[in-house]
Amino acid sequence: MSNFSLSNLMTRQDVLGFVVLALILLVVLPLSLDVMRLNQVGKYLSFAFVTVGLVLCWGYGGILSLGQGVFYGLGGYALAMFLKLEASSPENTSIQSTPGIPDFMDWNQITELPWLWEPFHSFGFSLLAILLVPTVLAYLIGFAMFKRRVSGVYFAIITQAISSILTILIIGQQGYTGGVNGITDLQTLMGWSIRTDYASYVFYFVGVALLFVCLFIAQFITKSKLGRILVAMRGQEDRVRFSGYDVANFKIFVFCVGAAFAAVGGAMFTLQEKFMSPSFVGIVPSIEMVIFCAVGGRLSILGAVYGALLVNVFRTVLGESFPELWLFAMGLLFVGVVLAFPDGLAGVYQKYAAPTVDRFLDKAPLFRRWPSSTSHSEPIKAS
Amino acid sequence: MFSDYSATELGSIFAMQGFAGLILFAVFLLMALGLAIIFGQMGVINMAHGEFMILGAYITYLTSNVFADYFPALFGGYFFVAMVLAFLAAAALGALVEWTVIRRLYHRPLDTLLATWGLSLLMQQSYRSIFGAREVGVEVPDWMAGSFQVTDFVELPVNGLFVMCIAVAVTLAVYLLMFRSSWGSRVRAVVQNRPMAGAVGINTAKMDRMTFALGCGIAGIAGSAFTMIGSTGPSAGQDYIVDTFLVVVFGGAASILGTVASAFSISQAQSTMEFFLGGSMAKVLTLLTVVIILMFRPQGLFTLKVRK
Repeated sequence: MSNFSLSNLMTRQDVLGFVVLALILLVVLPLSLDVMRLNQVGKYLSFAFVTVGLVLCWGYGGILSLGQGVFYGLGGYALAMFLKLEASSPENTSIQSTPGIPDFMDWNQITELPWLWEPFHSFGFSLLAILLVPTVLAYLIGFAMFKRRVSGVYFAIITQAISSILTILIIGQQGYTGGVNGITDLQTLMGWSIRTDYASYVFYFVGVALLFVCLFIAQFITKSKLGRILVAMRGQEDRVRFSGYDVANFKIFVFCVGAAFAAVGGAMFTLQEKFMSPSFVGIVPSIEMVIFCAVGGRLSILGAVYGALLVNVFRTVLGESFPELWLFAMGLLFVGVVLAFPDGLAGVYQKYAAPTVDRFLDKAPLFRRWPSSTSHSEPIKAS
Repeated sequence: MFSDYSATELGSIFAMQGFAGLILFAVFLLMALGLAIIFGQMGVINMAHGEFMILGAYITYLTSNVFADYFPALFGGYFFVAMVLAFLAAAALGALVEWTVIRRLYHRPLDTLLATWGLSLLMQQSYRSIFGAREVGVEVPDWMAGSFQVTDFVELPVNGLFVMCIAVAVTLAVYLLMFRSSWGSRVRAVVQNRPMAGAVGINTAKMDRMTFALGCGIAGIAGSAFTMIGSTGPSAGQDYIVDTFLVVVFGGAASILGTVASAFSISQAQSTMEFFLGGSMAKVLTLLTVVIILMFRPQGLFTLKVRK
């Protein structure tokens, strides 16, 4: 497979981008921020998983999902259920009328652990569930929709409806799900406290490592033939179909990948924030995640990470000092980015900074011989 | 779940929930009509549709305050003035939005979704800054306050009937305007074949703006009508948006009859199930059913037979 050597997978600009991002996330931020702030960055990065998946689905595949919160939430809930069961051992919950079940079930007069919760006693099962439940759901949705050639606007509306359904269900069935407050008060992971500073550091670095795994997978997809087919589909779906490709299968695949990424992000959120609630499942967070992606650049997997980071930093800074301005700023950001910068930050970088950086790389010893483009990739423009 | 009730009880439960469902039907229909024009005819996803409705509601609130302060003798009729004002205000804002934002995005339908979502945030925060975060309610005129006792179980509130009448009137008006007037045929011509419509001398850009403004104006009327049956808060519009889009998509875009049929079936299903299963489960099951039906029939219940 000489076709997939590193220099085919990444241009030197890509390598530089990965290195810079790694330096920022692994060196600069941990050294300059205290543990509370770093934990916040970790939370923002959990959204970056979703936005990287959105770059694949939306930027490359042209499938706009307004239901990524569903997968994020399911991933987060799967882990939260495991942690909650661990936190509600019979000793910890001896004051309840039924010890050994999560506190919110006790408050809702449930006396027995529901069967759905039983398997989440096992850590292995929970880890599998984090990945498999959202992916299987995405497969079912994708199969039903794409095989019937539902796409574009209709797909967006239906995914939106699905995220609305799940939110109503979680809030309505509070005895089984924790309701509107979600699953809170998580304490330990396999007997190891997740509330210490040390744990925060560990989760941050685990999160960054997982994010890079996702980024490499995404990079591989965009640079492989699969990525080219996705782009072709986005432009002229019928021509790809007439060339003998089963368009639906490619869409289903990329949608499932996006869902799996989002689920990992959700699980990282649960670990870092020690709770999961329906406010990360519904329509509003799902659309916000699309906006993070749009701000970063819908065609750039690295841009999507910066988009998630910067919008959230911006929100925190503005929200702490001028809470009433935040919605105005966010609204203007949406309209402005869509109208003026459809390719987001990455588009601005490509246009203004990339040529200069390229000239600089021509002189740099390490990068001089690295090809500035991969074998089959001319720049991809937004349609 | 039916076995706990006798046959007569079931009969009156269905009748009662059926009438409640009719009010919900009127609400859905009013919400969906404007969107059926904007989304069904123009293909623009207007996520700020709910906020245009809220604009109508706030205009009604302001009008009722003005009438109460300055023309108390005419208070019984303020609503009709308010409805016209709500239409005009929402339509004017709609035209402005079309001119500044939407017209640049016609070739990128998914991006209109994001831009209008941003717009909806801007509008929500504006309402919050101007009217405060608390919900406001209008004073319903006396003649709208009572209710008719139809049978022992079934009573019809006058305000509900009134909203139904508005829904029927607006539907008829939209039907006549879109399908029986020369203006409507021009709108449909632009939708079906833009270059040809332009070639025969229709100003397509102007048609777009007026169509969008009309859809927003109807949203304003809808919001105005809602003040008769509930209160209004800055972010109330967001709660409606999913229902509204589902009604339009389920009915089949570009079909008024489809919108009516889907609003009717969704509202009746939800209202009947609500009695037996509670509000949230009824909503979940209704939405789920609609989504599953849409998976098998993506084009919706009714479709225009047009060669593309």
